[in-house]
Amino acid sequence: MEHITFLVAVVIITALAFDFTNGFHDTANAMATSIATGALKPKVAVTIAAVLNFAGAFLSVKVASTISGGIVNEKAGIQPSIIFAALVGAILWNLLTWLRGLPSSSSHALYGGLIGATVVGVGLHGVNFATVLSKIVIPAVASPIVAGLASWGATKLAYLLTRKTDEKTSDKGFRKGQMFSASLISLAHGTNDAQKTMGIITLALVSAGALHKGATPPVWVIASAGAAIALGTYMGGWRIIRSMGSGLADIRPPQGLASETAAATVILTSSSMGYGLSTTQVCSGGIMGAGLGGRNPRLNWGMARRMVYTWGLTLPAAAVVAGLAAVIVDQGTWGVAVVGTALVAGSGAMYLVSRRQPVHAGNVNDVTPVETTEVTPAAGTPAATVPTPASTTVAA
Amino acid sequence: MSIKWAALAQTAGASFVITVAVVTVFALGVLALSRREAALEAGRSGAEGAASGRGTLALAGASVCFAACAGVVLYGLSLIAG
Repeated sequence: MEHITFLVAVVIITALAFDFTNGFHDTANAMATSIATGALKPKVAVTIAAVLNFAGAFLSVKVASTISGGIVNEKAGIQPSIIFAALVGAILWNLLTWLRGLPSSSSHALYGGLIGATVVGVGLHGVNFATVLSKIVIPAVASPIVAGLASWGATKLAYLLTRKTDEKTSDKGFRKGQMFSASLISLAHGTNDAQKTMGIITLALVSAGALHKGATPPVWVIASAGAAIALGTYMGGWRIIRSMGSGLADIRPPQGLASETAAATVILTSSSMGYGLSTTQVCSGGIMGAGLGGRNPRLNWGMARRMVYTWGLTLPAAAVVAGLAAVIVDQGTWGVAVVGTALVAGSGAMYLVSRRQPVHAGNVNDVTPVETTEVTPAAGTPAATVPTPASTTVAA
Repeated sequence: MSIKWAALAQTAGASFVITVAVVTVFALGVLALSRREAALEAGRSGAEGAASGRGTLALAGASVCFAACAGVVLYGLSLIAG
């Protein structure tokens, strides 16, 4: 362990911090609709999600061997400083979108961070833009649409088949089913996303000489990555859960089951085909499809539009922040210290702003979305003290 | 640079078909369960024999549907662990 330098230690801590934000940012993916339909009580839902994320971390280390899936040329020299800058970009973007209650892709934030930091640290040739297009951009556009269509069709059929049944009885059945579909998404999320952090820590350890090249993640790395994502998941990310569960559409149990099944299916089929897509976008697409396929087709288009903008912005925004961080980190130890301080200060500030209008397990199903006006992120005002006109499109 | 459109389309198509199939089977299970409840209700208000037969049939149907869904979930688990 004496090989571990200051920078590598900072990278490990930052990677775990990113893993934590990844957890609470993405709890909504699996659990938002289950909480909205009453299939699971909010606290129960986040506990199940946390346990399954932790368990998922131990299921596989396949993804961990390549953190970026060939997006950046890892052999060309990903230094710990580049990874650190990438993580800073990803964390700050994750926190900003959480503050605004917008589900954005943690994976895209990480990829964006890696791309930005690599371009600055290594140069344009360090990034495989063809892979970025075929493995990230195209699946990112296609997957929410596929999930939305599948979820829309499934919702229509579910309603058609159960139209003559007593709604109370059938809702009970669909709620039970949701427990399984939501659990599957949680487990898949833990497996995929905790592995990314393991991969990052392992790579940092290899570059410091503490592990030999091609080593699999040591047990303490797997356990700490699993614990960080589980802890984050348990914290709940209630702002995003509210946006996805009740801010986007009025989700009834059949719609919840359809959207979660669509999301789980799209995630599992594509990851077995090698596409690294965003759980967040798939789940949001599924919810939109289910909202439009329901008995009273309704979708909060304002919220949907904002989500789609955020998806488009995630990768470039994280890349810009990471690129900037990479420039400063390159100056040496004091650069690392400056960026680290900026990260802590920025995160703290966003946490403080969030306290002005907290969202928690108790008020997560209220219909007023957290974020209601079109302020720019730079303004940073939690503009939701005004009751929202958007809530008229969301049934109670 | 070649983008494998066929693989992409295949993934999309498979996802769509599997989702719709699973939710359909699950909805059929829910439908069968509610039929069973209706049959039990009928059984209580007379017409014993026929109603209980229908109830058992509906329960069997529901079991088949939910077992099929459980099978898909298990396959999903094997994909995650794979």
